[in-house]
Amino acid sequence: MSEPLSFQRMILTLHDYWSTRGCLILQPYDMRMGAGTFHPATTLRALGPDSWNAAFVQPCRRPTDGRYGENPNRLQHYYQYQVILKPSPPDLQELYLGSLAAIGIDFTKHDIRFVEDDWESPTLGAWGLGWEVWCDGMEVTQFTYFQQMGGYDCKPVAGELTYGLERLAMYIQNKDSVYDLAFNDAGVTYGDVFLENEREMSKWNFEIADTDALFDLFRKAAAECERSLEAKLPIPAYEQAIEASHIFNLLNARGVISVAERQAYIGRVRDLAKGACAAWIEKKSPEWEAAYPGWTA
Amino acid sequence: MTDFLLELRSEEIPARMQEKAREDLARLFAAELDKAGLKAAETISYATPRRLALILKGLPAETAAVSEETKGPRVGAPPQALEGFLRKTGLTADQLVERDGVLFAVVDKPGRATAEVLAAAIPAVIRAFPWPKSMRWGAPSLSTESPRWVRPLQGIVALFGSDVVPCAIAGVTSGAATVGHRFHHPGVITIGSADDYVEKLRACHVIVDGAERRAIIALGAKMAAQKAGLSLVEDEGLLFENAGLTEWPMPLLGRFDEAFLAVPPEVIQLTARVNQKYFVCRDAAGKLANAFVCVANIDAADGGEKIVAGNQKVLAARLSDARFFYETDLKVPLGEQVAKLEKIVFHEKLGTVADKVQRVAKLAEWLAAEKIVPNCDPALARRAAELAKADLVTGMVCEFPELQGLMGGYYAAAQVEAPAVAAAIRDHYKPVGQGDDVPTDPVTVAVALADKLDTLVAFFFADMPPTGSKDPFALRRAALGVLELLTRNGLRLNLWEGITRGLRGMTDLRVSPETSDEALAAHNAAMESVFTSLPTFFADRLKVQQREAGVRHDLIDAVFALGGEDDLVRLLARVKALQAFVGTEDGANLLAGYKRAANILKKEGVATASAPAEAGAQGSDGLHNPGPLLSQGNGDAGFAYDPEPAEAALAAALDAAEPKATAAIAAEQFEDAMAALAILRAPIDAFFDSVTVNDADPVKRAARLGLLARMRDAVHNVADFAKIEG
Repeated sequence: MSEPLSFQRMILTLHDYWSTRGCLILQPYDMRMGAGTFHPATTLRALGPDSWNAAFVQPCRRPTDGRYGENPNRLQHYYQYQVILKPSPPDLQELYLGSLAAIGIDFTKHDIRFVEDDWESPTLGAWGLGWEVWCDGMEVTQFTYFQQMGGYDCKPVAGELTYGLERLAMYIQNKDSVYDLAFNDAGVTYGDVFLENEREMSKWNFEIADTDALFDLFRKAAAECERSLEAKLPIPAYEQAIEASHIFNLLNARGVISVAERQAYIGRVRDLAKGACAAWIEKKSPEWEAAYPGWTA
Repeated sequence: MTDFLLELRSEEIPARMQEKAREDLARLFAAELDKAGLKAAETISYATPRRLALILKGLPAETAAVSEETKGPRVGAPPQALEGFLRKTGLTADQLVERDGVLFAVVDKPGRATAEVLAAAIPAVIRAFPWPKSMRWGAPSLSTESPRWVRPLQGIVALFGSDVVPCAIAGVTSGAATVGHRFHHPGVITIGSADDYVEKLRACHVIVDGAERRAIIALGAKMAAQKAGLSLVEDEGLLFENAGLTEWPMPLLGRFDEAFLAVPPEVIQLTARVNQKYFVCRDAAGKLANAFVCVANIDAADGGEKIVAGNQKVLAARLSDARFFYETDLKVPLGEQVAKLEKIVFHEKLGTVADKVQRVAKLAEWLAAEKIVPNCDPALARRAAELAKADLVTGMVCEFPELQGLMGGYYAAAQVEAPAVAAAIRDHYKPVGQGDDVPTDPVTVAVALADKLDTLVAFFFADMPPTGSKDPFALRRAALGVLELLTRNGLRLNLWEGITRGLRGMTDLRVSPETSDEALAAHNAAMESVFTSLPTFFADRLKVQQREAGVRHDLIDAVFALGGEDDLVRLLARVKALQAFVGTEDGANLLAGYKRAANILKKEGVATASAPAEAGAQGSDGLHNPGPLLSQGNGDAGFAYDPEPAEAALAAALDAAEPKATAAIAAEQFEDAMAALAILRAPIDAFFDSVTVNDADPVKRAARLGLLARMRDAVHNVADFAKIEG
């Protein structure tokens, strides 16, 4: 095998691969979120009958996964590569495997497996069936056929691929620590870019963040979401649902949400996200029904 | 006769669903064929991650022709009737057949081509397939009516002989083409017929038979371990899972850093098994070795070197996480963790886990202090119960909930708790289900018993008993656990007292001088209801347990019908003695004599003298209903007339047997009680042979009925023989 791809070259290779296969190459959404699925290009676009093919990198924040930069495998901030294809093409698995080959995985020497893993997002009112894809025992991708989003049936079903970029890169570059990854081909490592970030953000997430202010932010985001819904503006409403979800994750990391309260908070976020999805469907339905006779939400 | 081959190829089917899917495919197809009057001589089905296949051998080319006859009007019936019949059958009058003055329509239905039946059956079976979870996909999913499958359906091979059975569903059209192994042979292959299916696929690196894949994994994993001087820890579940994840299984041995062996072996095994589906190995001394066996799905070009390296890295990362949890947990004394249980809700209606711990600790201490669990130090029982749930808040148990108890045991031992306390923390969830080890160490028994009793009392108190198939809090298992703990250890727990003690814990936590009258009334009503419902629940579980242990249900009923028993050990001793007794010739004959006597008494309306039968008659065959277990016969030894010899002999036998049986029962020597009754067998037989009960003299008749009643009631001392069949 030739020189393994650097982190940034791997991303560029995936962009190139999916771009030549008809995907829009989008940029990350400019909000803090726990998973690429929250990107409106996934969530809102999974709804409706029209075709939609897009690929993008989304930074993800998981405050509770922070380890102050001391664990070689766990980060509170990392990147996911998202591909969403609607309707799901018949050769989605082959397309996906082609992308792995493109970034340098040799199927004659590596063991690729599709292991059952049904996906469910209680905060998005969404679920789908699929797999986690294993490469030599390591989960490198979540592969899902969305069945419902925001409580609505996906008509048609979209296929979603979520690559864990750091894991894949560690694999391709054969590194034991995420911080040792070659970010580019000129000697800059992932640690050079993100180690201090992990230290400081872990400390802030776990120890410093003002919980009173966070509770207040949660309430304000929820209220703003509802105001936006009253104004029939699903996109701003959805943004506030994303915001509320992330604030909840921060409160969770600060350990100030009891087990009993937890469900109530998740339920609140789900209601906000569902409300935004419902408003989106309501707004777009006339257009969709006109373009796809017989289609209803 | 022709063979049929069906292959439904899809994206990867979850491993856990494959075996049932294979059976369902065969079953549903057989049902479809049956409707057309077809039956295969032999049915074979296969499942791999990417395909379900069915081979039906020996089908005829056509279904049998049938002649259907429909009865019509009589000859000479009104013309309207005939017209109606002709309209219905679509025949003309000259096509009808006359027999015995009645007209019949005879329609000959020719046989249908079997291929046609199969072509219709394929989509029908696909649409009706009972996947535990199924999905829609692709362009057709624009409608929610689109066909569902477990994952997207990719291809259908349908061959009757060597001819394609044409059908189409979900955008897939049947043919003869399939694909081999995803990486070894991704190209299209053409199947000739059912005959070459298995071998053609094998040539393309697909072993279609799951049993064969399992055998390959079992043997390969064993050999890999042996080659490294180790022995494989066999695991049936992992065999099935790995066979369900591979079409060409290749077991490979990998290693992990020996330093990880400092982590408890159960943790390593669970991490390897649950997260990675690896087998683990033992060394010559039987200890967990720093090796694992993973099962790849390819025969790698480099012999698996890179695959092993990759899997080793993943396991190392997992184990390093586990070690981090373990070491972090060890630093916090369990006594300190207990405080965090106040934040964990046990159930919204029943407070926190901390509340439960408090109740269980009191109950365990009481069980020890009262010597219900003998040789148990009450202070140790209390300590163990107080710490038993502390591991629920440790990092390791949060990560692997199935390690609850076990981790607490490790942490307690490391933190120098008494060995009996550590053992009790470790094992207090036992027995979990049937076949699990039943604790015998006294401290463990006290905590295990207290924990389960408290769970039962608490959920019955909150009026949440299991209903039908729903038992979300595993109360049936808890009750069975109590029964097994009591019987295995021969513990004499008065159930009423146990429940009363358990309820006291609820009262302590819920009732105070400030409690309002209404709240107190509700509390008392809830307590009352536990006394009505929980003993019956125990009785039902006991019956199930005994039935599953092979005891005849009628014998169980016969003992339960006595009522009034609240000591399970005693109750079971009685059942056991009864079972032994009815198996003997004496027992069988006594039963026959009893039945004859009981019939006569019933006909004559002579009521039973003692409580037990009444308790049974009221249907309250639970463990409550306190009442006398031992009844005295109503016999009067003296006769007002000159008795016949057999009469006198029976009276004498009863005089001898009654006190013996009564004394034996009081001493809980149930075999002896049965033996005492056995001497009644010959006298009762002789009595029926030579004495007329229904004598014209009312005095004689009454005395003889009295004798029979004595006999019946004496027998009732050990069990209600009326409930015994045969």
